[in-house]
Amino acid sequence: MLSTFWQVWIMAIVFGSMIACGLLILYVSKGQRKDETTSETTGHTYDGIEELNNPLPRWWVIMFWGTIVYGFLYIGAYGLGNFDGLLTVKVDGEDVTWTSTNQWKAEVQAFEEEIAPLYAGYLATPIAELAKNEDALQTGQRLFKSNCSVCHGTNAMGAQGFPNLTDNDWLWGGTPESIKHTLMYGRQAAMPAWGTTLGDEGIADMTEYVRSLSGLDHDAEAAEKAAPKFQMLCMACHGADGKGNQLVGAPNLTDEIWLYGGSTKQIKFTLRNGRNGKMPAQADILGEDKVHVLSAYVYSLSNGE
Amino acid sequence: MKHETIEKNLPLMVVMIVIALSWAGLVEIVPLFWDTDTNKPVEGLKPHTALELEGRDIYIREGCHVCHTQMVRPFRAETERYGPYSVAGESVYEHPFLWGSKRTGPDLARLGGRYSDEWHRAHMYNPRDVVPESKMPSYPWLFEDKVDGRDTPNKMKALRMVGVPYTDEDIEGAKEAVDGVTEIEALVAYLQQLGTVITKR
Repeated sequence: MLSTFWQVWIMAIVFGSMIACGLLILYVSKGQRKDETTSETTGHTYDGIEELNNPLPRWWVIMFWGTIVYGFLYIGAYGLGNFDGLLTVKVDGEDVTWTSTNQWKAEVQAFEEEIAPLYAGYLATPIAELAKNEDALQTGQRLFKSNCSVCHGTNAMGAQGFPNLTDNDWLWGGTPESIKHTLMYGRQAAMPAWGTTLGDEGIADMTEYVRSLSGLDHDAEAAEKAAPKFQMLCMACHGADGKGNQLVGAPNLTDEIWLYGGSTKQIKFTLRNGRNGKMPAQADILGEDKVHVLSAYVYSLSNGE
Repeated sequence: MKHETIEKNLPLMVVMIVIALSWAGLVEIVPLFWDTDTNKPVEGLKPHTALELEGRDIYIREGCHVCHTQMVRPFRAETERYGPYSVAGESVYEHPFLWGSKRTGPDLARLGGRYSDEWHRAHMYNPRDVVPESKMPSYPWLFEDKVDGRDTPNKMKALRMVGVPYTDEDIEGAKEAVDGVTEIEALVAYLQQLGTVITKR
Protein backbone atom coordinates (compact mmCIF):
# COMPACT_ATOMS: atom_id res chain seq x y z
CA MET A 1 0.00 0.00 0.00
CA LEU A 2 1.33 3.39 -0.93
CA SER A 3 1.25 6.26 1.52
CA THR A 4 -1.02 9.20 0.80
CA PHE A 5 1.96 11.26 -0.29
CA TRP A 6 2.97 8.82 -3.01
CA GLN A 7 -0.62 8.27 -3.98
CA VAL A 8 -1.05 11.99 -4.55
CA TRP A 9 2.37 12.15 -6.26
CA ILE A 10 1.41 9.44 -8.73
CA MET A 11 -2.07 10.78 -9.42
CA ALA A 12 -0.79 14.33 -9.86
CA ILE A 13 1.95 13.39 -12.31
CA VAL A 14 -0.15 10.96 -14.33
CA PHE A 15 -3.29 13.04 -14.67
CA GLY A 16 -1.27 16.25 -14.86
CA SER A 17 0.71 14.83 -17.78
CA MET A 18 -2.39 13.61 -19.55
CA ILE A 19 -4.09 16.97 -19.22
CA ALA A 20 -0.90 18.73 -20.27
CA CYS A 21 -0.71 16.56 -23.39
CA GLY A 22 -4.28 17.54 -24.22
CA LEU A 23 -3.50 21.20 -23.74
CA LEU A 24 -0.44 20.86 -25.94
CA ILE A 25 -2.55 19.42 -28.73
CA LEU A 26 -5.05 22.25 -28.38
CA TYR A 27 -2.21 24.76 -28.40
CA VAL A 28 -0.56 23.50 -31.57
CA SER A 29 -3.92 22.89 -33.28
CA LYS A 30 -4.91 26.52 -32.87
CA GLY A 31 -6.41 28.00 -36.01
CA GLN A 32 -6.41 24.68 -37.76
CA ARG A 33 -8.79 24.47 -40.69
CA LYS A 34 -9.27 21.67 -43.11
CA ASP A 35 -7.62 21.91 -46.55
CA GLU A 36 -6.06 25.21 -45.80
CA THR A 37 -2.41 26.12 -45.93
CA THR A 38 -0.74 29.05 -44.27
CA SER A 39 2.02 31.44 -45.03
CA GLU A 40 2.90 31.72 -41.35
CA THR A 41 6.32 30.28 -40.55
CA THR A 42 7.62 28.58 -37.43
CA GLY A 43 10.41 31.12 -37.28
CA HIS A 44 13.03 28.50 -38.03
CA THR A 45 15.46 29.77 -40.63
CA TYR A 46 18.43 27.84 -41.89
CA ASP A 47 20.40 29.08 -44.87
CA GLY A 48 17.39 31.09 -45.88
CA ILE A 49 15.05 28.10 -45.82
CA GLU A 50 11.94 28.67 -43.73
CA GLU A 51 9.51 26.18 -42.25
CA LEU A 52 5.82 26.83 -42.79
CA ASN A 53 3.63 26.47 -39.73
CA ASN A 54 1.02 24.22 -41.30
CA PRO A 55 -1.44 22.44 -39.05
CA LEU A 56 -0.92 18.78 -38.11
CA PRO A 57 -2.89 16.36 -40.28
CA ARG A 58 -6.32 15.72 -38.84
CA TRP A 59 -5.89 11.93 -38.58
CA TRP A 60 -2.74 12.49 -36.63
CA VAL A 61 -4.40 14.82 -34.15
CA ILE A 62 -7.18 12.28 -33.72
CA MET A 63 -4.61 9.65 -32.87
CA PHE A 64 -3.11 11.90 -30.22
CA TRP A 65 -6.52 12.34 -28.64
CA GLY A 66 -7.01 8.62 -28.97
CA THR A 67 -3.92 7.87 -26.89
CA ILE A 68 -5.21 10.12 -24.11
CA VAL A 69 -8.59 8.41 -24.12
CA TYR A 70 -6.83 5.03 -24.16
CA GLY A 71 -4.81 6.15 -21.15
CA PHE A 72 -7.95 6.77 -19.12
CA LEU A 73 -9.45 3.43 -20.17
CA TYR A 74 -6.22 1.69 -19.26
CA ILE A 75 -6.15 3.26 -15.82
CA GLY A 76 -9.78 2.29 -15.33
CA ALA A 77 -8.99 -1.30 -16.20
CA TYR A 78 -5.62 -1.86 -14.54
CA GLY A 79 -5.61 0.74 -11.80
CA LEU A 80 -3.20 3.39 -10.67
CA GLY A 81 -1.42 3.64 -7.31
CA ASN A 82 -3.82 2.34 -4.67
CA PHE A 83 -6.77 2.31 -7.06
CA ASP A 84 -7.04 -1.31 -8.13
CA GLY A 85 -8.77 -0.99 -11.45
CA LEU A 86 -11.92 -2.70 -12.60
CA LEU A 87 -10.42 -5.70 -14.38
CA THR A 88 -10.73 -8.96 -12.51
CA VAL A 89 -9.49 -12.53 -12.73
CA LYS A 90 -10.83 -15.70 -11.12
CA VAL A 91 -8.75 -17.00 -8.21
CA ASP A 92 -10.12 -19.64 -5.83
CA GLY A 93 -13.46 -19.32 -7.58
CA GLU A 94 -13.76 -15.64 -6.76
CA ASP A 95 -13.32 -12.57 -8.90
CA VAL A 96 -10.33 -10.65 -7.62
CA THR A 97 -8.52 -7.58 -8.84
CA TRP A 98 -6.22 -8.04 -11.76
CA THR A 99 -2.56 -8.03 -10.77
CA SER A 100 0.21 -9.88 -12.56
CA THR A 101 0.48 -12.35 -9.67
CA ASN A 102 -3.30 -12.86 -9.51
CA GLN A 103 -3.29 -13.48 -13.23
CA TRP A 104 -0.53 -16.05 -12.68
CA LYS A 105 -2.55 -17.69 -9.90
CA ALA A 106 -5.59 -17.85 -12.12
CA GLU A 107 -3.58 -19.40 -14.95
CA VAL A 108 -1.99 -21.97 -12.66
CA GLN A 109 -5.28 -22.85 -10.98
CA ALA A 110 -7.13 -23.25 -14.24
CA PHE A 111 -4.41 -25.56 -15.47
CA GLU A 112 -4.12 -27.53 -12.22
CA GLU A 113 -7.86 -28.04 -12.20
CA GLU A 114 -7.63 -29.57 -15.61
CA ILE A 115 -4.59 -31.67 -14.89
CA ALA A 116 -5.17 -32.64 -11.25
CA PRO A 117 -7.52 -35.60 -11.91
CA LEU A 118 -5.03 -36.95 -14.42
CA TYR A 119 -2.11 -36.79 -12.00
CA ALA A 120 -4.25 -38.11 -9.17
CA GLY A 121 -4.99 -41.13 -11.33
CA TYR A 122 -1.32 -41.59 -12.13
CA LEU A 123 -0.33 -41.26 -8.50
CA ALA A 124 -2.79 -43.97 -7.52
CA THR A 125 -1.30 -46.34 -10.10
CA PRO A 126 1.73 -48.40 -9.09
CA ILE A 127 4.84 -47.37 -11.00
CA ALA A 128 5.41 -50.71 -12.69
CA GLU A 129 1.88 -50.58 -14.09
CA LEU A 130 2.10 -46.88 -14.98
CA ALA A 131 5.20 -47.72 -17.01
CA LYS A 132 2.89 -49.46 -19.49
CA ASN A 133 0.58 -46.46 -19.87
CA GLU A 134 1.51 -44.72 -23.15
CA ASP A 135 0.00 -41.37 -22.15
CA ALA A 136 1.81 -41.31 -18.83
CA LEU A 137 5.06 -42.22 -20.55
CA GLN A 138 4.66 -39.36 -22.99
CA THR A 139 4.16 -36.96 -20.12
CA GLY A 140 7.10 -38.57 -18.37
CA GLN A 141 9.30 -38.14 -21.39
CA ARG A 142 8.48 -34.45 -21.63
CA LEU A 143 9.15 -33.97 -17.94
CA PHE A 144 12.40 -35.86 -18.38
CA LYS A 145 13.49 -33.67 -21.25
CA SER A 146 12.83 -30.44 -19.37
CA ASN A 147 14.19 -31.50 -16.02
CA CYS A 148 16.53 -34.49 -16.24
CA SER A 149 18.14 -34.38 -19.65
CA VAL A 150 20.57 -31.69 -18.57
CA CYS A 151 22.59 -34.35 -16.73
CA HIS A 152 21.29 -37.67 -18.05
CA GLY A 153 20.99 -36.61 -21.68
CA THR A 154 17.87 -36.30 -23.86
CA ASN A 155 18.15 -40.03 -24.64
CA ALA A 156 18.67 -40.83 -20.93
CA MET A 157 21.98 -42.47 -21.74
CA GLY A 158 23.95 -40.25 -19.39
CA ALA A 159 27.46 -38.90 -19.74
CA GLN A 160 30.68 -39.42 -17.87
CA GLY A 161 29.78 -38.98 -14.21
CA PHE A 162 26.04 -39.08 -14.92
CA PRO A 163 24.48 -42.54 -15.02
CA ASN A 164 22.95 -44.13 -18.08
CA LEU A 165 19.32 -44.86 -17.18
CA THR A 166 18.59 -47.25 -20.01
CA ASP A 167 20.98 -50.13 -19.23
CA ASN A 168 19.25 -51.66 -16.21
CA ASP A 169 22.41 -51.27 -14.16
CA TRP A 170 21.57 -49.41 -10.98
CA LEU A 171 23.71 -47.61 -8.44
CA TRP A 172 20.92 -47.11 -5.93
CA GLY A 173 18.52 -49.82 -6.98
CA GLY A 174 16.19 -50.23 -9.91
CA THR A 175 12.96 -51.22 -8.21
CA PRO A 176 10.11 -48.73 -8.72
CA GLU A 177 10.36 -47.78 -5.05
CA SER A 178 14.10 -47.12 -5.15
CA ILE A 179 13.80 -45.07 -8.32
CA LYS A 180 11.08 -42.92 -6.81
CA HIS A 181 13.07 -42.52 -3.60
CA THR A 182 16.11 -41.47 -5.59
CA LEU A 183 14.10 -38.86 -7.46
CA MET A 184 12.23 -37.53 -4.45
CA TYR A 185 15.04 -37.22 -1.95
CA GLY A 186 18.17 -37.31 -4.07
CA ARG A 187 21.29 -39.38 -3.52
CA GLN A 188 24.76 -38.50 -2.37
CA ALA A 189 27.54 -40.93 -3.15
CA ALA A 190 30.83 -40.69 -1.28
CA MET A 191 33.88 -42.44 -2.61
CA PRO A 192 36.79 -41.27 -0.45
CA ALA A 193 40.07 -40.07 -1.93
CA TRP A 194 42.75 -42.73 -1.47
CA GLY A 195 45.69 -40.73 -2.82
CA THR A 196 47.45 -40.24 0.50
CA THR A 197 46.57 -43.64 1.97
CA LEU A 198 47.71 -45.69 -1.00
CA GLY A 199 50.50 -43.53 -2.39
CA ASP A 200 51.43 -43.38 -6.05
CA GLU A 201 52.48 -46.99 -6.30
CA GLY A 202 49.50 -48.23 -4.33
CA ILE A 203 47.15 -46.31 -6.62
CA ALA A 204 48.81 -47.83 -9.69
CA ASP A 205 48.54 -51.34 -8.24
CA MET A 206 44.93 -50.87 -7.17
CA THR A 207 44.08 -49.60 -10.65
CA GLU A 208 45.37 -52.89 -12.08
CA TYR A 209 43.35 -54.83 -9.52
CA VAL A 210 40.16 -52.89 -10.30
CA ARG A 211 40.70 -53.54 -14.01
CA SER A 212 41.22 -57.23 -13.29
CA LEU A 213 37.78 -57.42 -11.64
CA SER A 214 36.03 -56.84 -14.92
CA GLY A 215 38.51 -58.75 -17.02
CA LEU A 216 40.22 -55.75 -18.63
CA ASP A 217 43.88 -55.86 -19.62
CA HIS A 218 45.92 -55.58 -16.48
CA ASP A 219 49.26 -56.29 -14.88
CA ALA A 220 48.53 -59.45 -12.90
CA GLU A 221 51.49 -59.02 -10.58
CA ALA A 222 50.51 -55.50 -9.57
CA ALA A 223 46.87 -56.54 -9.18
CA GLU A 224 47.88 -59.32 -6.83
CA LYS A 225 49.79 -56.88 -4.68
CA ALA A 226 46.70 -54.68 -4.33
CA ALA A 227 44.24 -57.51 -3.63
CA PRO A 228 44.66 -57.55 0.18
CA LYS A 229 44.35 -53.77 0.27
CA PHE A 230 41.09 -53.98 -1.67
CA GLN A 231 39.73 -56.32 0.98
CA MET A 232 40.82 -53.84 3.63
CA LEU A 233 39.82 -50.51 2.14
CA CYS A 234 37.28 -51.05 -0.61
CA MET A 235 35.19 -54.06 0.38
CA ALA A 236 33.13 -52.12 2.92
CA CYS A 237 31.28 -50.45 0.06
CA HIS A 238 32.13 -52.40 -3.10
CA GLY A 239 31.91 -55.82 -1.41
CA ALA A 240 34.55 -58.52 -1.17
CA ASP A 241 33.86 -59.60 -4.73
CA GLY A 242 33.67 -56.01 -6.04
CA LYS A 243 30.01 -56.36 -6.99
CA GLY A 244 29.03 -53.13 -5.25
CA ASN A 245 26.29 -52.25 -2.83
CA GLN A 246 23.13 -50.39 -3.77
CA LEU A 247 22.54 -49.27 -0.18
CA VAL A 248 25.46 -46.86 -0.42
CA GLY A 249 25.42 -46.38 -4.18
CA ALA A 250 28.70 -48.23 -4.62
CA PRO A 251 28.99 -49.38 -8.22
CA ASN A 252 29.57 -52.94 -9.34
CA LEU A 253 33.22 -53.05 -10.44
CA THR A 254 32.99 -56.39 -12.20
CA ASP A 255 30.81 -55.31 -15.11
CA GLU A 256 31.59 -53.28 -18.19
CA ILE A 257 29.85 -50.12 -17.04
CA TRP A 258 32.13 -47.32 -15.90
CA LEU A 259 30.47 -44.20 -14.57
CA TYR A 260 33.74 -42.30 -14.44
CA GLY A 261 35.58 -44.18 -17.16
CA GLY A 262 37.50 -47.46 -17.09
CA SER A 263 40.80 -46.44 -18.61
CA THR A 264 43.88 -46.72 -16.42
CA LYS A 265 44.12 -42.95 -16.28
CA GLN A 266 40.48 -42.47 -15.31
CA ILE A 267 40.51 -45.17 -12.64
CA LYS A 268 43.68 -43.70 -11.16
CA PHE A 269 42.03 -40.30 -10.99
CA THR A 270 38.97 -41.73 -9.28
CA LEU A 271 41.07 -43.62 -6.74
CA ARG A 272 43.33 -40.68 -6.03
CA ASN A 273 40.68 -37.98 -5.68
CA GLY A 274 37.53 -39.86 -4.76
CA ARG A 275 34.09 -39.23 -6.26
CA ASN A 276 31.00 -37.56 -4.84
CA GLY A 277 28.25 -38.16 -7.30
CA LYS A 278 25.07 -36.36 -6.39
CA MET A 279 21.50 -36.69 -7.53
CA PRO A 280 19.60 -33.56 -6.45
CA ALA A 281 16.30 -34.04 -4.61
CA GLN A 282 13.22 -33.26 -6.70
CA ALA A 283 10.49 -33.38 -4.04
CA ASP A 284 10.44 -29.59 -3.61
CA ILE A 285 11.18 -28.80 -7.23
CA LEU A 286 8.76 -31.09 -9.07
CA GLY A 287 6.50 -32.44 -6.35
CA GLU A 288 5.39 -36.04 -5.89
CA ASP A 289 2.87 -36.10 -8.77
CA LYS A 290 5.45 -35.44 -11.39
CA VAL A 291 8.13 -37.51 -9.69
CA HIS A 292 5.77 -40.48 -9.77
CA VAL A 293 5.22 -40.14 -13.50
CA LEU A 294 8.93 -39.59 -14.05
CA SER A 295 9.73 -42.70 -12.02
CA ALA A 296 7.47 -44.68 -14.31
CA TYR A 297 9.23 -43.24 -17.34
CA VAL A 298 12.68 -44.02 -15.97
CA TYR A 299 11.53 -47.50 -14.97
CA SER A 300 10.15 -48.09 -18.46
CA LEU A 301 13.51 -47.25 -20.04
CA SER A 302 15.07 -50.48 -18.85
CA ASN A 303 11.96 -52.57 -18.19
CA GLY A 304 10.09 -52.06 -21.42
CA GLU A 305 9.32 -54.57 -24.09
CA MET B 1 9.73 29.67 -24.31
CA LYS B 2 10.60 29.89 -27.96
CA HIS B 3 11.80 26.89 -29.98
CA GLU B 4 14.84 28.88 -30.85
CA THR B 5 15.80 29.37 -27.21
CA ILE B 6 15.90 25.61 -26.67
CA GLU B 7 17.44 24.70 -29.97
CA LYS B 8 20.30 27.16 -29.67
CA ASN B 9 21.05 26.47 -26.02
CA LEU B 10 22.52 23.00 -25.72
CA PRO B 11 22.72 22.68 -21.89
CA LEU B 12 19.10 23.73 -21.61
CA MET B 13 18.11 21.19 -24.24
CA VAL B 14 20.07 18.44 -22.45
CA VAL B 15 18.31 19.24 -19.18
CA MET B 16 14.91 19.21 -20.86
CA ILE B 17 15.64 15.93 -22.65
CA VAL B 18 16.68 14.34 -19.36
CA ILE B 19 13.46 15.53 -17.73
CA ALA B 20 11.38 14.26 -20.63
CA LEU B 21 13.06 10.83 -20.57
CA SER B 22 12.84 10.41 -16.79
CA TRP B 23 9.28 11.61 -16.53
CA ALA B 24 7.61 8.19 -16.40
CA GLY B 25 10.26 7.02 -13.93
CA LEU B 26 8.98 9.56 -11.43
CA VAL B 27 5.78 7.54 -11.27
CA GLU B 28 6.97 4.06 -12.11
CA ILE B 29 10.27 3.89 -10.20
CA VAL B 30 10.68 6.60 -7.59
CA PRO B 31 7.79 5.58 -5.27
CA LEU B 32 9.24 2.04 -5.10
CA PHE B 33 12.33 3.33 -3.30
CA TRP B 34 10.10 3.80 -0.27
CA ASP B 35 7.85 0.78 -0.70
CA THR B 36 8.42 -2.11 1.74
CA ASP B 37 7.45 -4.67 -0.92
CA THR B 38 10.52 -3.72 -2.86
CA ASN B 39 13.10 -2.73 -0.26
CA LYS B 40 12.50 -5.22 2.53
CA PRO B 41 14.49 -8.49 2.29
CA VAL B 42 12.44 -11.68 2.10
CA GLU B 43 12.57 -13.89 5.16
CA GLY B 44 15.80 -15.85 5.42
CA LEU B 45 17.72 -13.75 2.92
CA LYS B 46 21.41 -13.57 3.82
CA PRO B 47 24.16 -11.51 2.26
CA HIS B 48 26.54 -13.50 0.05
CA THR B 49 29.44 -15.18 1.83
CA ALA B 50 32.91 -14.03 0.81
CA LEU B 51 33.23 -17.02 -1.53
CA GLU B 52 29.82 -16.48 -3.13
CA LEU B 53 30.61 -12.79 -3.53
CA GLU B 54 33.81 -13.57 -5.41
CA GLY B 55 31.85 -16.09 -7.49
CA ARG B 56 29.33 -13.40 -8.28
CA ASP B 57 32.09 -11.11 -9.51
CA ILE B 58 33.37 -13.90 -11.75
CA TYR B 59 29.81 -14.31 -13.04
CA ILE B 60 29.83 -10.62 -13.92
CA ARG B 61 33.36 -10.69 -15.33
CA GLU B 62 32.58 -13.57 -17.67
CA GLY B 63 29.41 -11.84 -18.81
CA CYS B 64 27.05 -14.64 -17.75
CA HIS B 65 24.29 -12.07 -17.28
CA VAL B 66 24.47 -11.22 -20.97
CA CYS B 67 22.99 -14.58 -21.96
CA HIS B 68 21.27 -15.65 -18.74
CA THR B 69 18.54 -13.79 -16.89
CA GLN B 70 17.92 -14.15 -13.18
CA MET B 71 14.26 -13.30 -13.20
CA VAL B 72 11.43 -15.80 -13.27
CA ARG B 73 8.38 -13.87 -14.40
CA PRO B 74 4.91 -14.65 -13.05
CA PHE B 75 3.76 -16.74 -16.02
CA ARG B 76 2.73 -20.36 -15.70
CA ALA B 77 5.12 -21.49 -18.41
CA GLU B 78 8.01 -19.94 -16.51
CA THR B 79 7.11 -21.16 -13.04
CA GLU B 80 6.61 -24.66 -14.49
CA ARG B 81 10.06 -24.65 -15.93
CA TYR B 82 12.12 -22.66 -13.45
CA GLY B 83 10.27 -22.61 -10.14
CA PRO B 84 8.63 -19.88 -8.06
CA TYR B 85 8.56 -16.45 -9.69
CA SER B 86 11.13 -13.92 -8.51
CA VAL B 87 10.17 -11.27 -5.97
CA ALA B 88 11.84 -7.92 -5.35
CA GLY B 89 12.71 -8.79 -1.75
CA GLU B 90 15.18 -11.41 -2.97
CA SER B 91 17.31 -8.81 -4.70
CA VAL B 92 17.67 -6.15 -2.01
CA TYR B 93 21.29 -7.14 -1.27
CA GLU B 94 22.20 -7.28 -4.95
CA HIS B 95 24.35 -4.38 -6.11
CA PRO B 96 24.06 -4.31 -9.03
CA PHE B 97 21.21 -6.74 -9.60
CA LEU B 98 21.81 -9.34 -12.33
CA TRP B 99 18.26 -9.78 -13.62
CA GLY B 100 19.51 -9.44 -17.17
CA SER B 101 17.27 -8.89 -20.13
CA LYS B 102 18.10 -11.61 -22.62
CA ARG B 103 17.83 -15.38 -22.53
CA THR B 104 20.19 -17.00 -24.94
CA GLY B 105 20.56 -19.62 -22.23
CA PRO B 106 17.97 -20.52 -19.60
CA ASP B 107 17.02 -18.36 -16.65
CA LEU B 108 19.22 -18.96 -13.60
CA ALA B 109 17.17 -17.35 -10.84
CA ARG B 110 16.31 -20.75 -9.29
CA LEU B 111 19.44 -22.62 -10.29
CA GLY B 112 20.68 -23.33 -6.75
CA GLY B 113 20.53 -27.03 -5.83
CA ARG B 114 19.10 -28.04 -9.20
CA TYR B 115 22.30 -29.77 -10.33
CA SER B 116 25.29 -31.19 -8.48
CA ASP B 117 28.56 -29.32 -8.01
CA GLU B 118 30.17 -31.95 -10.22
CA TRP B 119 27.72 -31.17 -12.98
CA HIS B 120 28.51 -27.47 -12.79
CA ARG B 121 32.22 -28.16 -12.98
CA ALA B 122 31.87 -30.50 -15.94
CA HIS B 123 29.51 -28.04 -17.59
CA MET B 124 31.78 -25.02 -17.11
CA TYR B 125 34.82 -26.92 -18.35
CA ASN B 126 33.07 -27.89 -21.53
CA PRO B 127 29.28 -27.57 -21.69
CA ARG B 128 29.06 -30.13 -24.51
CA ASP B 129 30.42 -32.86 -22.25
CA VAL B 130 27.09 -32.90 -20.44
CA VAL B 131 24.70 -31.12 -22.81
CA PRO B 132 25.71 -32.09 -26.36
CA GLU B 133 23.42 -29.55 -28.00
CA SER B 134 24.69 -26.63 -25.90
CA LYS B 135 26.21 -23.57 -27.50
CA MET B 136 27.53 -22.05 -24.30
CA PRO B 137 31.24 -21.20 -24.37
CA SER B 138 33.73 -23.22 -22.33
CA TYR B 139 35.46 -21.65 -19.35
CA PRO B 140 38.51 -23.87 -18.73
CA TRP B 141 40.60 -21.09 -17.19
CA LEU B 142 38.33 -20.98 -14.15
CA PHE B 143 39.92 -24.28 -13.10
CA GLU B 144 43.43 -22.84 -13.12
CA ASP B 145 42.99 -19.25 -12.01
CA LYS B 146 42.83 -18.57 -8.31
CA VAL B 147 40.73 -16.04 -6.47
CA ASP B 148 42.82 -13.37 -4.86
CA GLY B 149 41.19 -12.30 -1.60
CA ARG B 150 42.96 -8.96 -1.53
CA ASP B 151 39.92 -6.92 -2.50
CA THR B 152 37.22 -9.05 -0.91
CA PRO B 153 37.03 -7.13 2.40
CA ASN B 154 36.84 -3.84 0.51
CA LYS B 155 34.07 -5.15 -1.70
CA MET B 156 32.14 -6.14 1.41
CA LYS B 157 32.74 -2.75 3.00
CA ALA B 158 31.46 -1.04 -0.12
CA LEU B 159 28.35 -3.22 -0.12
CA ARG B 160 27.82 -2.46 3.56
CA MET B 161 27.77 1.22 2.73
CA VAL B 162 24.79 0.65 0.46
CA GLY B 163 22.90 -1.39 3.02
CA VAL B 164 24.09 -5.00 2.90
CA PRO B 165 24.31 -6.11 6.55
CA TYR B 166 27.84 -7.51 6.69
CA THR B 167 29.27 -7.75 10.19
CA ASP B 168 32.83 -6.84 11.13
CA GLU B 169 33.60 -10.55 11.55
CA ASP B 170 32.35 -11.27 8.02
CA ILE B 171 34.72 -8.68 6.66
CA GLU B 172 37.67 -9.72 8.83
CA GLY B 173 37.45 -13.36 7.81
CA ALA B 174 36.79 -12.61 4.16
CA LYS B 175 40.36 -12.66 2.90
CA GLU B 176 41.20 -16.06 4.41
CA ALA B 177 37.88 -17.49 3.28
CA VAL B 178 38.65 -17.02 -0.39
CA ASP B 179 42.42 -16.78 -0.66
CA GLY B 180 43.85 -19.34 -3.06
CA VAL B 181 40.49 -20.89 -3.94
CA THR B 182 40.05 -21.69 -7.63
CA GLU B 183 37.64 -19.48 -9.50
CA ILE B 184 35.41 -22.41 -10.39
CA GLU B 185 34.86 -23.16 -6.70
CA ALA B 186 33.78 -19.59 -6.06
CA LEU B 187 31.51 -19.55 -9.12
CA VAL B 188 29.86 -22.86 -8.22
CA ALA B 189 29.31 -21.65 -4.65
CA TYR B 190 27.56 -18.59 -6.07
CA LEU B 191 25.46 -20.59 -8.53
CA GLN B 192 24.40 -23.15 -5.93
CA GLN B 193 22.77 -20.52 -3.71
CA LEU B 194 20.84 -18.77 -6.48
CA GLY B 195 17.19 -18.48 -5.58
CA THR B 196 17.34 -20.96 -2.70
CA VAL B 197 15.67 -18.59 -0.22
CA ILE B 198 12.30 -19.29 -1.82
CA THR B 199 11.75 -22.95 -2.60
CA LYS B 200 7.97 -23.22 -2.73
CA ARG B 201 5.49 -21.22 -4.64
